[in-house]
Amino acid sequence: MNFRAVAAIYKFEMARTWRTLLQSIVSPVVSTSLYFVVFGAAIGSRISEVQGVSYGTFIVPGLVMLSVLTQSIANASFGIYFPKFIGTIYEILSAPISHVEIVLGYVGAAATKSIILGLIILATAGLFVPLHIQHPVWMLSFLVLTAVTFSLFGFIIGIWADGFEKLQMIPMLVVTPLTFLGGSFYSVNMLPPAWHSIALLNPVVYLISGFRWSFYEIADVRVEISVAMTLAFLAICMTIIWWIFKTGYRLKR
Amino acid sequence: MAPVISVSGLSKTYASGFTSLNNIDLSIERGEIFALLGPNGAGKTTLISIICGIVNASSGKVAVGGHDIDGDYRAARAMIGLVPQELHTDSFESVWATVSFSRGLFGKPKNPALIEKILKDLSLWDKKDAKIITLSGGMKRRVMIAKALSHEPQVLFLDEPTAGVDVELRKGMWDVVRELKAAGVTIILTTHYIEEAEEMADRVGVINKGEIVLVEHKAQLMQKLGRKRLSLHLQQRIDAVPEALAPYQLALSDDGWKLAYDYDTKGERTGITSLLGDLRTAGIRFVDLETKQSSLEDIFVSLVRQ
Ligand SMILES: Nc1ncnc2c1ncn2[C@@H]1O[C@H](COP(=O)(O)OP(=O)(O)OP(=O)(O)O)[C@@H](O)[C@H]1O
Ligand SMILES: [Mg+2]
Repeated sequence: MNFRAVAAIYKFEMARTWRTLLQSIVSPVVSTSLYFVVFGAAIGSRISEVQGVSYGTFIVPGLVMLSVLTQSIANASFGIYFPKFIGTIYEILSAPISHVEIVLGYVGAAATKSIILGLIILATAGLFVPLHIQHPVWMLSFLVLTAVTFSLFGFIIGIWADGFEKLQMIPMLVVTPLTFLGGSFYSVNMLPPAWHSIALLNPVVYLISGFRWSFYEIADVRVEISVAMTLAFLAICMTIIWWIFKTGYRLKR
Repeated sequence: MAPVISVSGLSKTYASGFTSLNNIDLSIERGEIFALLGPNGAGKTTLISIICGIVNASSGKVAVGGHDIDGDYRAARAMIGLVPQELHTDSFESVWATVSFSRGLFGKPKNPALIEKILKDLSLWDKKDAKIITLSGGMKRRVMIAKALSHEPQVLFLDEPTAGVDVELRKGMWDVVRELKAAGVTIILTTHYIEEAEEMADRVGVINKGEIVLVEHKAQLMQKLGRKRLSLHLQQRIDAVPEALAPYQLALSDDGWKLAYDYDTKGERTGITSLLGDLRTAGIRFVDLETKQSSLEDIFVSLVRQ
């Protein structure tokens, strides 16, 4: 294992994060605060409670997940797309490093960043509503697992994209709708039966449900199913990445 | 001694269906400077990119230091430093950071003293904290060289290292190359400045349309293929070459004071003796004469034209 290479990539990526601190941290925090104002205060004042917790409190896990998902994808896809775009990828490809090491460096940095971000958002949320986390270890596990899984997914998008539009396309057209419809702001149990069944096809429902369970022990689906679904998605992403490196897809001519 | 790089039966057909390398066989000896020459689009960069792991070969085998570039890529790549033709650099990193990054990427422990030496050798020391985006093109090129040297490669690929570098710094760069060679590093370079190849290289390979057309020691090449030109400075100017001397295809200078005769040093008979005799017969006398070996450039041009 070339740990120095992993560390070099990781440090390089984290340096980029600190350089772009404003976009990286501040803007998601601001937008989350806006969600709180709009959904928590404006709408929440009309909805009294969801499954025994106040609406403002109810949406906290969903909001954190929303940011962690989108940021993981954005960070990781940009992290690998950019060297491809400016050509510095030549150095990564010609270095004595394995695929696993490349992924560890890039995905590790992207996941770290979105975990930090998730915790910052959680702290921000704490300014608006009282927080109580029933299962902190599970909460952290879900956070880490989601950050890693979606950073892997972002990495795949970054390799697949051959233009900036494509880089934006999947997050905008697929991920954002899925997260919004995935129960960030409501419980899927609140939906009419037909919509409820459709909602269960959305993988994000399982992530948010599991994460919310770790806070309040309320869930839309059983927590074991949440864990299994997340792990399954992780496995799918890893398989795709293994295939990408094996074939050199979009990396080598 | 086993060659440090051995390429056998290497072909590359791009996804577009274009074949840019066709069954290349090549051995690079340890410690030599090998100049790879060829016109634009000949396949030089493609060949280098395959050896370095950036482009996948369609068929064929490559070993670096005896390590297969696919099967044992770690060992193979650890030996190689690459300075690609295109300027691919980060923008907001400092020179120091980007060079240190390269060393880490190749798994080497930190060595600030070495990086300091490299930056000084390449006249980059005063720019060590500058962001790369603020550097000129020639400086960026040298940053890329510094990155390649940072991990102490045993084999260094320089794909047109002097493109866009001014004359003085180019000299400095060649000093670095000589120093590396003295330290035992094998250097493979491409250049369109044939004087550079002529000055620096031990061996020369010419590639054209994806095929190696020649690999030769520079001195032997010049001897074997070299043509010489005999220049005669006349005692009196003449208006035209006499009819009797037509077979020699002499070239008369515009001012009429100089005659030039091109001959093949490979030829059994150079024709000089009879030319001199015939000149005397024609009554043409000369005050001085000189011969000049044709340059690598002439050789190169004649090869690629074929
Ligand atoms: N990605 C690609 N897809 C298709 N054809 C390519 C690709 N890259 C290079 N080629 C073609 O392969 C041939 C060899 O290119 P290469 O870059 O190796 O030439 P070169 O000898 O380095 O030329 P130069 O002196 O201009 O640098 C060219 O005809 C080029 O058009
Ligand atoms: Mg080239």
